[in-house]
Amino acid sequence: MAAKVVNARKIKHPLEDRILYAVVYTIIILFCIVVLYPIIFVVSASFSSGTEVQLGHVYLWPVKPSLDGYEAVFSHKNVMNGYRNTLFYTLAGTTINVIITVICAYPLSRRDMPMRGFFMFLYTFTMFFGGGLIPTYLLVNSIGMNNTIWALLIPGAMSVYNMIITRTFFQNSVPVELLEASQIDGCSDARYFFSVLLPLSQAVISVISLYYAVGHWNSYFSALIYLRKVELQPLQLVLRNILLATRISLNEFEDPDLMDGMVGLEFLVKYALIVVSTAPIMCLYPFVQKFFAKGVMLGSVKG
Amino acid sequence: MSKSATTTLTANKRRNGLWKQICRRWQLFLFLIIPLAWLITFCYIPMGGVQIAFKNYMPKKGILGSDWVGWTHFLKFFNSFYFGRTVGNTLRISLYSLCCSFPLSIIFALMMNLIINAKFKKVVQTLTYMPHFISTVVLVGMLNQMLNPVAGLYGNIYRLFHPGEYPVDILARANSFDHLYVWSGIWQNLGWNTIIYMAALSGVDPELHEAAQIDGASRLKRVWYIDLPVLLPTASIMLIMNSGSIMSVGFEKAYLMQNSVNSVYSEVISTYVYKTGLGGTTNQMSYAAAIGLFNNVINGILLITVNYISKKLSGGTNSLF
Repeated sequence: MAAKVVNARKIKHPLEDRILYAVVYTIIILFCIVVLYPIIFVVSASFSSGTEVQLGHVYLWPVKPSLDGYEAVFSHKNVMNGYRNTLFYTLAGTTINVIITVICAYPLSRRDMPMRGFFMFLYTFTMFFGGGLIPTYLLVNSIGMNNTIWALLIPGAMSVYNMIITRTFFQNSVPVELLEASQIDGCSDARYFFSVLLPLSQAVISVISLYYAVGHWNSYFSALIYLRKVELQPLQLVLRNILLATRISLNEFEDPDLMDGMVGLEFLVKYALIVVSTAPIMCLYPFVQKFFAKGVMLGSVKG
Repeated sequence: MSKSATTTLTANKRRNGLWKQICRRWQLFLFLIIPLAWLITFCYIPMGGVQIAFKNYMPKKGILGSDWVGWTHFLKFFNSFYFGRTVGNTLRISLYSLCCSFPLSIIFALMMNLIINAKFKKVVQTLTYMPHFISTVVLVGMLNQMLNPVAGLYGNIYRLFHPGEYPVDILARANSFDHLYVWSGIWQNLGWNTIIYMAALSGVDPELHEAAQIDGASRLKRVWYIDLPVLLPTASIMLIMNSGSIMSVGFEKAYLMQNSVNSVYSEVISTYVYKTGLGGTTNQMSYAAAIGLFNNVINGILLITVNYISKKLSGGTNSLF
């Protein structure tokens, strides 16, 4: 081992290689700056004072730090409501998603499941062809889910892609001997699922939960087509209405007079909103990053 | 006579066998009931619903009761002025996006693989994966804010060099839509897209590198002759998957980035379907469904064709199905 390191050191020094490393490291550092800078700028702008933002004095760090933007955001009528809704949709939606995905993946992962190939085909076919937007909308409309919370929870209750990830995990990462052993001990198929398979599948369950949760947190499309009641709308839809509007009406705040005198309010509110809506995911992200990466890997293994 | 009798007998036996198997595994079927009911309701019933593309859908009459009109809606779309525009925009944007992001993510993965220091590599990965989790709404909001010529970063930096002046409003220029769309996508996903390549690269046998080093191959040579060939199977699978979606530009981002100025460049099939079917006051659901169906069929054909070509070229190893 030690000899290997010494060896590597001796060989690693040609000028050609050093130039390559210098170029590569420079490009990578530049790209990291390009990725990071806009994020830092948005955070800094959100903590600056409205006047300075409007005058364009913010470059990297907050100028004349203030919390005006956040005060405005938290007194906005729809934002807090949207936040609560999104929390609900994320929690409830993810729970439903995970349950349906797991109970679907289990029978399809069993090699002794009759007609397994046929059922698998039924599921994978929907990945390549679907009814499309209008027929789906008409269906959701006709079963009375339009403008209710169910429209965001049920039609997307499962992603076939995640189901296949889970199934691959059940097949490849849980030894088949466990099934045989428990069958010999007289364990039923349901008992095996609850007592053996689930406790061993925490890795894949956390990966798909994270995928689903981020999906719910960030999605706005289903809300855009199904929910017209403002009190049901999730944060992303509220965000869209505010972020893409050129003017913010003062009536949307609980205390219009307070906001009236604020210079550069619009810019400030938008920057603060971006931070408030993205912060939960960004704070969670470093802890769960390894799970996400693992999920991509799980999906790439064909079962 | 006897022959046919035996075949029916074996068929019966087989059917009985299947039935017996199902009875033995009834608990597994119990698990599958809810997911299967969901699949049929929300995936297959809408597939049956595509018939409205061939009908004149009236809400009062329902999907089944509406009158058949054949290919009318398709012909109307093919002859309309929007056909060229939406199909052209969709193809242009997705090809531009594919041509930039596909090679760039391979190059970036190869570069990350060159990093020797494990800690630095970890930091780079954490940083570059991060934008992937920013929602589309926030991404587009950030674009709008930062490119604002008055109070955005773009305006601020411009004024560092030209004090007191305001730059051209990029957002108000129609032809900047493509570049903004593609490059913001690369900003967001370049790091994330490298994950799958990094995994392939981690499988490279170190002995190959050692042998090449002893033979005097430079690092660049080793990238070219060892690392890159390792990536090719993964890359071709990724190319297949991406080519299958070449006729679809995601609705979410295109719709959010649209404004009255850039609609000539930004109207893609998915946004047009939404606008004609659900967005406007006019009820053109059948027409919109026809456009959607047309798009879906093209996507399916593309995916199958590219997969077939890849299978043929690689002798059956590089394919999705």
